Amino acid sequence: MKLKALLAATCAAAFTMGAAYAEGVKVGMITTLSGGGAGLGIDVRDGFMLAVKQSGRADIEVVIEDDQRKPDIAVQLADKLVQQEKVDVLTGIIWSNLAMAVVPAVTAQGKFYLSPNAGPSALAGKGCHKNYFNVSWQNDAFNEAAGAWASENGIGKVFLMAPNYPAGKDMIAGFKRFFKGDVAAEVYTKLGQTDYAAEIAQIKAADADLVYYFLPGGMGISFMKQYAGSGADKPVMGPAFSFDQGILGAIGEAALGVKNTSHWSKDLDNAANKAFVESFQAEYGRLPSLYASQGFDTALLLISAMGKADVKDADGFRAALEAAEFASTRGDFKFGPNHHPIQTIYMREVVKEGDVVTNKIIGTAATEHTDAYAADCKM
Amino acid sequence: MFSRTDMSLILLIEQLLNGLQFGVMLFLMSAGLTLIFGVMGLINLAHGSLYMVGAFAAAGVAAATGSFALALAASLAAAAIAGVLVEVLVIRRLYDRDHLDQVLATFALILIFSESTRWVFGSFPLYLDVPAALSGAVSLPGGISYPAYRLAIIGIGLAVAVILFLLISKTRIGMRIRAGESDREMIGALGVNISVLYTAVFALGAALAGFAGALVGAIQSVQVGMGEPVLILAFVTIVIGGIGSIKGAFVGALLVGLTDTLGRVLLPVAFGTFMDPSSATAVGAALASMSIYILMAGVLLFKPTGLYGSA
Repeated sequence: MKLKALLAATCAAAFTMGAAYAEGVKVGMITTLSGGGAGLGIDVRDGFMLAVKQSGRADIEVVIEDDQRKPDIAVQLADKLVQQEKVDVLTGIIWSNLAMAVVPAVTAQGKFYLSPNAGPSALAGKGCHKNYFNVSWQNDAFNEAAGAWASENGIGKVFLMAPNYPAGKDMIAGFKRFFKGDVAAEVYTKLGQTDYAAEIAQIKAADADLVYYFLPGGMGISFMKQYAGSGADKPVMGPAFSFDQGILGAIGEAALGVKNTSHWSKDLDNAANKAFVESFQAEYGRLPSLYASQGFDTALLLISAMGKADVKDADGFRAALEAAEFASTRGDFKFGPNHHPIQTIYMREVVKEGDVVTNKIIGTAATEHTDAYAADCKM
Repeated sequence: MFSRTDMSLILLIEQLLNGLQFGVMLFLMSAGLTLIFGVMGLINLAHGSLYMVGAFAAAGVAAATGSFALALAASLAAAAIAGVLVEVLVIRRLYDRDHLDQVLATFALILIFSESTRWVFGSFPLYLDVPAALSGAVSLPGGISYPAYRLAIIGIGLAVAVILFLLISKTRIGMRIRAGESDREMIGALGVNISVLYTAVFALGAALAGFAGALVGAIQSVQVGMGEPVLILAFVTIVIGGIGSIKGAFVGALLVGLTDTLGRVLLPVAFGTFMDPSSATAVGAALASMSIYILMAGVLLFKPTGLYGSA
């Protein structure tokens, strides 16, 4: 009899507790699922949905939309998600220019935005917002770590190359911030350029010890293949975006031995990451990229906050997000004062494991790295 | 080993070769485009999709068989078949419509091609590499080392140009194509089967575009949407060369290739003589990306129908 009463009381308590969070969270995901950059958005989406599935929570509803890598479409989708779908949280944007078009508007309307990829400097410094959380990195971070690493490893002169658009300039500025040597040349190419013969000839003629470049997606594939066949012998390095898992398959062996900086790698030794890599491969039949790990971490952060507070209680939910108590695939995870991660950046090298070209960690490039803009952020 | 001037002379020659290679590749794209526009009066925005079809077919066949020669043959065949299907099913209904309808319909074809390619091959770029025999660089006289594959592209492109020239000027089908360009009704009245001629021209143009896609795919990235940036350059080329003229397409392609390549290299240097390095790089890079459009505007100013266009 007593036992029955106890059970009933427990159930009642469980119900009332459940009622506090019963409404769940509606997530709007705007990401790139078609066109040239689709591989990145698909990885973020798959990583995110894998974490949602593994959590077993039925109270997360995700509305997924394709921005086609176009800022105007991203803005329309954000309006639709906020006004019509009435989502609580937005996420998913890959490109910095799209993030700049969407994030300030949605955070101003009281929605939360969790960035699984883009980290433009404007949103880390003066333009920071209490409802904006960057779960990936600030754009400069990998490059700052790479600059520091190059200096420590006796690189005296470097050839820099990036596409001529804001993120490209952020990346090069980040490298130069921590690099103590000389810049032999600084070349900005057209965004989306596919032929690098002219630049490669300049590289061959330049007096430099290292070629450092940021060329994400198809641009990186084209450059690396052409560079390998050109007879040029200068070592190359870049942020992880130039050598992520999605494009290594297309570059093939031409990328072997190339060094790149990243906050994550599939061989990072922690339990959460091992489980993630294994389950991602089992679910989708391919190796996860860093974009997939970021999508996965973003969902974990959201789920951790849902366990602590109701999303309608904005202050409580924000505090729960700030605490960031989840088992990240990159090991320890914490936010700095501007809601950007303070994290370790590793140096990776492209290796061949069996038939697969992939990355392996060879050292640490920066420990507990904070972005350069946190001081400008007044929340 | 080299003095400073030798070094920059070598660099300049290498850049000239780069410009030539880029131009030859553009010619393969624009030859088909200009024929289709000249003979049928059709604006075909889906030409870039045929380029993509060629590259994907080559990547697929290369992955399955490991043979680059088979891959090139597959690119020709796949793009020609895609071209015939598109012409018979869609384009044929558009000849009598105005250009706006053609633009709309062929734009729809771009979307259909892109999404079906994604459906079949997935969203991640495919792997296609240069054949082992042509990998690496070769030494040219004067101490220049240049990628063997790019030299091969120049050679193949020039050979295709010669073959096309002979085909157009010496053969019966070439005569009909030229006749079709100058008077469409009359050649029909003379008993030439116009619809077969149109399909053949379309297939030829498509095959050339697919061939270009496969050649270039080996040194670039084989991915959905790879054709559209090239399509824009091809349009610039045929406008400069004069619409409908193969000779114009050839000269235009070389002009565009050389202007673009040399602009990218020389403009930042030129601005560097009187500006500080970082703003010279920025201004030079910005102006370099405009250079071919400035060239086009310049040519149209003096020759409104293009270099070899007929009024």
